[in-house]
Amino acid sequence: MSVTPFIVLSAILFTIGCVGVLTRRNAIVVFMCVELMLNASNLALVTFSRANGNLDGQVAAFFVMVVAAAEVVVGLAIIMTIFRTRRSASVDDASLLKY
Amino acid sequence: MSTAMSYLPLHAGPPVVSGTSADGVFSLLWLVIALPALGAVVLLLGGRRTDRWGHWLGVATVSLSFVLSLVMFFALVGRDSAGRQVHQHLWTWFTAGRYTVDFTLLYDQLSALFLLLITGVGALIHLYSVGYMEHDLRRRRFFGYLNLFVASMLGLVLASDYVGVFLGWEGVGLASYLLIGFWQYKPTAAAAAKKAFVINRVGDIGLSLGSALMFVTFGSTSFAVISANSGKASSGVLTAIGLLLLLAACGKSAQFPLQTWLLDAMEGPTPVSALIHAATMVTAGVYLIVRSNFIFSLTENARTAVVVIGCITLLLGAIIGCAKDDIKKVLAGSTMSQIGYMVLAAGLGPAGYALAIFHLLTHGFFKANMFLGAGSVMHGTNDDVNMRHYGALRKAMPITFVTFALGYLAIIGVPPFAGFWSKDPIIETAFAQNFVVGLCALVGAGVTAFYMTRLMLLTFITDERWEPDVHPHESPRVMTVPLMVLGALSALGGLLILNGWITDWLAPVVGARPEESLAIGALGMSLVTLVVVAIGVAIAWVFVGRRPVPRVAPTEVSVFTRAARAELYGDAFNEEVIVKPGYQGIRGLAVFDRSTIDGTVMGTASALSGISSRFRLAQNGFVRSYALAVLAGAALVLLALLAVNFS
Repeated sequence: MSVTPFIVLSAILFTIGCVGVLTRRNAIVVFMCVELMLNASNLALVTFSRANGNLDGQVAAFFVMVVAAAEVVVGLAIIMTIFRTRRSASVDDASLLKY
Repeated sequence: MSTAMSYLPLHAGPPVVSGTSADGVFSLLWLVIALPALGAVVLLLGGRRTDRWGHWLGVATVSLSFVLSLVMFFALVGRDSAGRQVHQHLWTWFTAGRYTVDFTLLYDQLSALFLLLITGVGALIHLYSVGYMEHDLRRRRFFGYLNLFVASMLGLVLASDYVGVFLGWEGVGLASYLLIGFWQYKPTAAAAAKKAFVINRVGDIGLSLGSALMFVTFGSTSFAVISANSGKASSGVLTAIGLLLLLAACGKSAQFPLQTWLLDAMEGPTPVSALIHAATMVTAGVYLIVRSNFIFSLTENARTAVVVIGCITLLLGAIIGCAKDDIKKVLAGSTMSQIGYMVLAAGLGPAGYALAIFHLLTHGFFKANMFLGAGSVMHGTNDDVNMRHYGALRKAMPITFVTFALGYLAIIGVPPFAGFWSKDPIIETAFAQNFVVGLCALVGAGVTAFYMTRLMLLTFITDERWEPDVHPHESPRVMTVPLMVLGALSALGGLLILNGWITDWLAPVVGARPEESLAIGALGMSLVTLVVVAIGVAIAWVFVGRRPVPRVAPTEVSVFTRAARAELYGDAFNEEVIVKPGYQGIRGLAVFDRSTIDGTVMGTASALSGISSRFRLAQNGFVRSYALAVLAGAALVLLALLAVNFS
């Protein structure tokens, strides 16, 4: 089996996520792009794990999923709170903490 | 034995300090210091509770010390001369490596005499102060300080180690500071105390550096070790030690060029002046030189310096005494001058050590007498010190007049009073060693006769010049009795040299006194001295006694009088040469500190804060720009990894 298509798919997904994080203003979309990057890296981990014939990469992928789940809980809660107080989910509006 | 001794060369080396341990009555030696020290502690810590009886406690402790000193003195006389150096080891003070300082007291012929002088004259001054300070609210504290003064001085003369001497030396300096500034609400008194303290510090540097040099050279600072080994040190080191000790002596004994504090020290209460000038403090320098004879006997150069300092100071003090109108300042000038005689004698080597101590003792008697007499005069004239406001006080104060006259006759050296017996041999020995030095001493004697006669005439003879509201009266008995005792001692102190007793007594400590012979003989020299003294008295009579004395000092005076009134510009010299350049130097340092050192520190800080105020603009609060920075960082790390792995 060749790893190339899987890695190419992973790279494409990661790039989409990356560009999304850098360009979109809506906090929910940014959030989803972060998830996309995490899953792209999970795909790469699993692919290499399979290619190398040991389970380390798959275990790492499980850890990433657990962390991502926790992050979703906290992140969505923060986004909810910000939206309730400001009536906006734009990340550029929440820029008070600066120099 | 005695014939064999006389063939030894005169400079067979100075005597070695080696004592027997204390037994019998000598085991009480520590009490001599402990009693006044205890008095000081009780009086200074006891508070108002001790106000009622505190002054009598002060008198009692010093008097008990005197009784002890007297008993021990006679016990020492009773011993044969081999056993006359007594060591009492109290405890080991401290040990550092191979260096040990023991707290050991040394009681020998020299310290025995000093003990008698300090406690004897000290007790009389304490007694006198009971009357003199009667109306002072802080009399108890005054007595506490006096006891501290006496205890420190006793520690100084009983120490057997230069570090121990230093302890007493500093104690004396502290006590003199406290007492000169006793009336500290007077700005002049506070300034005088500070001045005395600071100038004494300059001298103290000499003693501490001298002790350090002795430790480096001999590995110890105890008299016993140094006196046994002083012959082995190189002459350069010995001269350096001698000069450092001379510096110390100059500070404490108010010798040129550190003399200026002494006249200002007259701001203290008069009994303090008596204590400083007669029994304690200024005698410490002479004691130090004589005690260090095992250094000075071996270094001609340092001794020459000592003689020169002595000559300068004795003339300086005498000249200052001629022009002052303040009775205490005249006496202070005379103290400088008389201490100059002692220092001169000590610088003459084995021929003069014993004479220096002898003159110190007789001077202690007559100077204490005259200072207390001056205090009595002030007591009777509402604390006026200007002699131009006195005149004809002999009728109002007969006892003060008679006792003062005894001191006067003693200080100008009229036979058979004490000063004649002690000053005359110094002049003779000086002439025998060097004509110029002898001439200085002789001229000094003439000038002394002039200014003391002037003082006597202005104070006790001539016409009455008191303010109308001043009613001169004799002082109470508690003040006149010490005067009478000291007057008697001024008259009879010369007995100590009967049969050469004092020189023989001190010979084991300072070395045998070589016979010096003069071309004109001792009797001829005495006659010459007496003629010079008579001329001095006559000049004073002509210029002061036969003319009316103006109540205000004339301002149209010669340049010499003006110089003498300004204390020969000693203060002005210090001000111009030391104080002002010192201030300038310190100001320069302050400017350097502010501009260069502070500038460097503050400049670095402000440069860093300037840079960071640029960089912090990167913290703009936009999440997406942070994400871009993270991406750029990750890309950079990735590139670096690639560069490392594929290069």
